[in-house]
Amino acid sequence: MEKEKSGFFAKLKNGLNKTRINLLDGLDSVFHGFSEIDDDFYEELEEVLVMADIGVSTTGEIIDEIKTLVKVEHIKKPEDCRDYLINLLSDRLNIEGDQYPFEHEKSIIFVIGVNGVGKTTSIGKLAYNFKQDKKKVLIAAADTFRAAATEQLETWAERVGVPMIGAKEGTDPASVIYDALQSARARDVDILLCDTAGRLHNKKNLMEELKKMNRIIDREFPGIQRENFLVLDASTGQNALNQAKEFKEACDITGIILTKMDGTAKGGIAIAIWNELGIPVKYIGVGEGIEDLQKFDSKSFVKAIFED
Amino acid sequence: MAFENLTDKLTKVFKNLRSKGRLTEEDVKVALKEVKLALLEADVNYKVVKNFIKSVEERAIGSEVLEGLNPGQAVVKIVNEELTNVLGSETVELKFEPGQATTVIMLCGLNGAGKTTTAAKLAGQFIKKGKKPLLVALDVYRPAAIKQLQVNGEKQGVDVFSMGDNVNPVEIAKQSLEYAAKNNENVVIFDTAGRLQIDEELMQELINIKENVTVHKTLLVVDAMIGQDSVNVAKDFNEKVGIDGLILSKMDGDTRGGAALSIKAVTGVPILYVGMGEKLSDLEQFYPDRMANRILGMGDVLTLIDKVMAETDEIDKDKEKDMRDRLKKGKFDFNDYLESMNQMKKMGGLSSMLGLMPNMGISKDELEGAIDDKQLKQMEAIVLSMTKKERANPKLLNPQRKHRIAKGAGVDIAVVNRFIKQFEQTQKLMKQMPGLMGGKRRGPFGGLGGGFKMPF
Repeated sequence: MEKEKSGFFAKLKNGLNKTRINLLDGLDSVFHGFSEIDDDFYEELEEVLVMADIGVSTTGEIIDEIKTLVKVEHIKKPEDCRDYLINLLSDRLNIEGDQYPFEHEKSIIFVIGVNGVGKTTSIGKLAYNFKQDKKKVLIAAADTFRAAATEQLETWAERVGVPMIGAKEGTDPASVIYDALQSARARDVDILLCDTAGRLHNKKNLMEELKKMNRIIDREFPGIQRENFLVLDASTGQNALNQAKEFKEACDITGIILTKMDGTAKGGIAIAIWNELGIPVKYIGVGEGIEDLQKFDSKSFVKAIFED
Repeated sequence: MAFENLTDKLTKVFKNLRSKGRLTEEDVKVALKEVKLALLEADVNYKVVKNFIKSVEERAIGSEVLEGLNPGQAVVKIVNEELTNVLGSETVELKFEPGQATTVIMLCGLNGAGKTTTAAKLAGQFIKKGKKPLLVALDVYRPAAIKQLQVNGEKQGVDVFSMGDNVNPVEIAKQSLEYAAKNNENVVIFDTAGRLQIDEELMQELINIKENVTVHKTLLVVDAMIGQDSVNVAKDFNEKVGIDGLILSKMDGDTRGGAALSIKAVTGVPILYVGMGEKLSDLEQFYPDRMANRILGMGDVLTLIDKVMAETDEIDKDKEKDMRDRLKKGKFDFNDYLESMNQMKKMGGLSSMLGLMPNMGISKDELEGAIDDKQLKQMEAIVLSMTKKERANPKLLNPQRKHRIAKGAGVDIAVVNRFIKQFEQTQKLMKQMPGLMGGKRRGPFGGLGGGFKMPF
């Protein structure tokens, strides 16, 4: 068990390796490549932050705050800015309280997002995590639109060894949700995981469809612990803000699963989203394996990015 | 709105420029600062933006702008030209091997970029061009990826070659070519698994395929919503595997699509197609000049014109002129209304049209909020529930008739009343403003029941 845990941790580090190297490269050249804090330094800093997908406006805020700090704290050397920047960013991502209440009570997890971000894969990984914790899990395959989406999820359900409720392509997804809810009640499961079809957030009808599913869950299980996860591809640019905003409007998002963090994308958009919309990241996907979903911890995340 | 798109942003910037008349050097700098922000918010790569701004500034602060008669237009023109320069100055068509020779196309990209869907869409396009395509399932990793391709292939009426998920993709690729030769299929499309560009093992797989099979075109499929990382992805795929063209997927979202600029700037590889929806027919040719125009807030009028040309060739010009005359005289009746609705449908429905409309100071959201396709359907039902006489002579509509129409259309009487009232207002409006009808750009939506015609 202990061994497996260290394997887990190594994986997380591996996954974050790319992120760390990229940001470090950039940051180090900023902090060590300049002898004084001047406009060129700030411009370079802006470049590094923007290139990490943190976004123009959040980057602007960060730089303004750094500027103020430089004045107030009489910071002279660029490298001394480093710690301040790390603090600033980890503050941006700081989450308080229990962010995983669904782990100790009966709950329903509704997973939403645009096409191709990794919803189905994330559900497979979540199911695996819960199953490891000896939870009774049921999966609802409510992506009845994309060809073979149900088959894809079925493969995951079999791998993990949990039951799945599905229907054939073209079925009303709300009816799949309804069936799954009844089944969850009958089987007395601990956690119901609902997969949905990918949809672009600017498609009105599809967002209405999502609201409908959300309403059905509320109606059938009023007061149950609900978790609505928005799945975001870490390589997404500023459009992720629109996604988060629109999906939040449709159903209250309680957290983000940031996928594909094992690539070269820096995931800085998470900072922008937390800063502008206050939605916390709860999990990160760091690989294609069944174990490659990790709880998000803001402190170690930022540390892993900035520290050696 | 908190999140404006690039088009909106630049429109605002240039609106101010236009209103000032003559431009100073300072104006150009201020404007370009806004352009820079807009481009960054549009996810254009930071370094690409820097170069872009520099080249525009060099041109704009010169005599061209300051001595021009219409300085605002001059800046728009330069920004537009430079954008087009980066995006590529002309449309590039995918070239097939000559005659009946088989063309082999390999799709590759990150996970979730949309390769499998795009493969099926491409096959559909090729059929239209008289080709006989074969889809080949080389994604042996993602669960049910093969099944997804098979289902989509079936929908498109295209043959799908697969050997299950226990065979090496190189082997499948080889055998698929033999299969294609036997079945007279002359375009072979490889749907490969999604992979990270830093995954050496999987990148090597693509290289191996290329070494063992003649691949004529390797196309990179990129999610249009990608951020700054687009440059790394495109560069690596290009350097390691070699890319001949790009396909931008999910362009029907509200992404600003800055990746198009970045990738083009970094790789020089042409963008061939854009994915515009989830339907298997939603794949469009990429027009660099139009994309640049769109970014500048001129709307994708050219695409719109194209659509109209393709779909309404058969529309009788006399009939159109006749209707225009009737509109001028305010003799617009429910038959004309139906006619305009049908034309709009041919062009892909209201929401599709709205996406192509130039920015006219009304946000897309506002328009969509005011009218949606469902509402239009309801109105159509109302008109279709009228008798021929009623359609030609709206004045006939008394309460009794309205009740009958409401029943026929399956709507509340209030809906019918509201619709007819709006229709009458539109009629009045048209009578009062004949200039609107004869001008170059007619008001596209004269109220809800407005006679929507081509908006230019």
